[in-house]
Amino acid sequence: MEMRSWLLDDSPASRGQAAAGRAYRIGLDLMRNPLTVLGAAIIALLVLTAIFAPWIAPEAWDGQNLERRLLPPSAEHWMGTDQLGRDIFSRVIHGTRITLMIVALVAVISAPLGLLIGAVSGYFSGWTDRILMGVTDVFLSMPKLVLALAFAAALGPGIENAIIAIAITTWPAYARIARAETLTIRNAEFTDAARLLGASHTRVILRHVLPLCTSSMIIRVTLDMAGIILTAAGLGFLGLGAQPPAPEWGAMISGGRSFIFDQWWVSTMPGFAIITVSLGFCFLGDGLRDVLDPKSETKR
Amino acid sequence: MTDPSPSISLRNLDIAYGGVRVVQGVTFDVARGESFALVGESGSGKSTVLKALCGLAPEWTGTMQVLGQPGLHRPNRAMARRCQMVFQDPYGSLHPRKTVDAVLSEPLAIHGIGDRDERVEQALVDVGLDRRFRFRYPHQMSGGQRQRVAIARALMLEPEVMLLDEPTSALDVSVQAEILNLLKRLRAERGLTYLLVTHNLPVVSFLCERMAVMNKGRIVEIAQATALHDGSFTDPYSLALYAASGGNR
Amino acid sequence: MSLLSVENLNVSFPTPQGRVNVVENLSFELGQERLGIVGESGSGKSMTGRAILRLIRPPGRVDGRILLEGADLTGLGERQMRAIRGARISMIMQDPRYSLNPVMTVGRQIEEALWVHERLPRREMKARTRQMLEAVRINDPDRVARMYAHELSGGMGQRVMIAMMLIPRPRLLIADEPTSALDVSVQGDVLTLIDDLVRDTGMGLILISHDLPLVARYCDRILVMNSGRVVETCRASDLYNATHPYTRGLLAAVPKMHETRDWLPVMDRTT
Repeated sequence: MEMRSWLLDDSPASRGQAAAGRAYRIGLDLMRNPLTVLGAAIIALLVLTAIFAPWIAPEAWDGQNLERRLLPPSAEHWMGTDQLGRDIFSRVIHGTRITLMIVALVAVISAPLGLLIGAVSGYFSGWTDRILMGVTDVFLSMPKLVLALAFAAALGPGIENAIIAIAITTWPAYARIARAETLTIRNAEFTDAARLLGASHTRVILRHVLPLCTSSMIIRVTLDMAGIILTAAGLGFLGLGAQPPAPEWGAMISGGRSFIFDQWWVSTMPGFAIITVSLGFCFLGDGLRDVLDPKSETKR
Repeated sequence: MTDPSPSISLRNLDIAYGGVRVVQGVTFDVARGESFALVGESGSGKSTVLKALCGLAPEWTGTMQVLGQPGLHRPNRAMARRCQMVFQDPYGSLHPRKTVDAVLSEPLAIHGIGDRDERVEQALVDVGLDRRFRFRYPHQMSGGQRQRVAIARALMLEPEVMLLDEPTSALDVSVQAEILNLLKRLRAERGLTYLLVTHNLPVVSFLCERMAVMNKGRIVEIAQATALHDGSFTDPYSLALYAASGGNR
Repeated sequence: MSLLSVENLNVSFPTPQGRVNVVENLSFELGQERLGIVGESGSGKSMTGRAILRLIRPPGRVDGRILLEGADLTGLGERQMRAIRGARISMIMQDPRYSLNPVMTVGRQIEEALWVHERLPRREMKARTRQMLEAVRINDPDRVARMYAHELSGGMGQRVMIAMMLIPRPRLLIADEPTSALDVSVQGDVLTLIDDLVRDTGMGLILISHDLPLVARYCDRILVMNSGRVVETCRASDLYNATHPYTRGLLAAVPKMHETRDWLPVMDRTT
């Protein structure tokens, strides 16, 4: 309780306390929405599963045993086995690592890239804006999956190339959002005030514009995660993503394609995993939007 | 005013905004330590003159000097230490995600000035804010408190010239009184030169010695602020503005 | 019977610290007169105006009785309330730029305001609109009727708003800071216009403002509000003899045109 009043203190005594207080308030607001909590729980579970995969999974992900091919779900094999007699549950568990890696790398590459391009474009406007947004529009005008396919095909199949291909297709949307926000921030009086203090353009963009664009970016990236996972699974399904025998969920669905009518679990179980994780990100994103949206900033 | 080296000196200043000329042929001097008001209604171009002075309205022609230095087409660091501005809207002029401490430390960081902790604490004392405000965010403060922070920020670099753009028009009257007192005290203590833009004539009467009345981008009259006591203006527009503001009543 | 009678009005909003009353135990009677409600931001003056029109949305809560010509408004449903808004009580807001529809001509908007409450033949509607625009002293009503909101100046926009609000001939007009977005030279005209129309039609007026001298000039009676409560009620002519320390403080804090004081008196914020 003492901790709580320290965090909620209206007159914090240090930078750290002010920042912690702000984070705590955001956390409190997030906790109020049950769907957000559910989403956060799913993502937390995903992360924990990925970390502890070898201990959770009952078997190795590549443990073949052709004598127990295509067994239905049972107490022994919770999600059944696939055409090579591998335990699907173990593979789904190990697959979380791949999914998490894709999601994290795409976010780390495309969000900052889009943010920076959008902010620079919106801040300077004029020719800079026209050129950068022209490039952005070229990327935006092509369907995401087709573009990702083209890049993945050009770069060659493989999980790293799939990540690069997805990152290349996602940044333009972030650039657009960041640019729109920057246009309003650029005309705000606090930006003028910073320039009058002698702040360089770089400083204004990095210290004043970007921090304000970041929250909408976090929201957007979280909401897009579902799409990224699906794109990755799509690439895997088409054989351009992770290569067998890697337990990537899309590739697993693809592997079960030929038995879908008789041995439905082979494709369905990884499908469930994809749906659950996508939903988790969507719930969390919606909650974040309610809390972090700059338009509701005055409440905090 | 025949001060040999005025703080601000404008000669035939024309300012355009996106190609449209909004200020024409503005000429006036503000002596060192003087408080000068630019009054007029919305669209008169009074705020644009302030923006041009600090380099935020680049499309100007004519002659501008601030403390003997030529005017700028964009802000620079040397100008920042001579001349600072306080904006109208205390809600818009503070970054919503920065604590008071971050706002006040930034000018020091940009100009590589040391003793930041001490200076920030002293600045808070100077503008009459308790030190427990130091790590608050703007949304945890009232409008008057925010405006005090904005004034403190402008004073961090110890400029000689302060440009005040309607600094109290967004505030309640009782808060306005506090901020006006603060501005008056700071000027007396530090010998600041004020160029105040406002539509509120009584504020001019309280804070300024001279005033220029602007209408449609031109100065129609320059008068002593004491002209507000008896309405001794000569230009018909000034007289009309005076009457509409409750003069002679 | 008075035109409007407000009894024990409370408006509250939830906060993390529990429900907070932004208007507390407010009671007043209004005849065919001009009542001013003055206060600073957060005093509850605007909330009072909105509460009378039942414009407070949940989670805000309104308690108390509001009687319009003897009929209780608090029990009415939203549909009945809509019939009262505009037709019997109208409201003018601060900034006409946000209150007018940007994609509809001024004439259409005024006709619409009338059409909602009174079904008249098309020709008569046009005539009434024209007449109303003339009443708000717009020189060229036919031309202005064809204009869009962005083509109007602030003062003109506010006149159009007034025309729109008064065309259904309401019994009571609530003006919430009707001139604070306008230039000083236009403020006087707009207020005089409201004043004349109120006198001519025998409406009641509630003028909500932060500007004490302005309210004193255009009203018969004044309520001074501070943090949700009425601290002083007086005749407008007696305002400068007000007794309550808050009112006196407010009056003294306003700089004067012939200011000779070195410092403005500041209110003690600890109370």
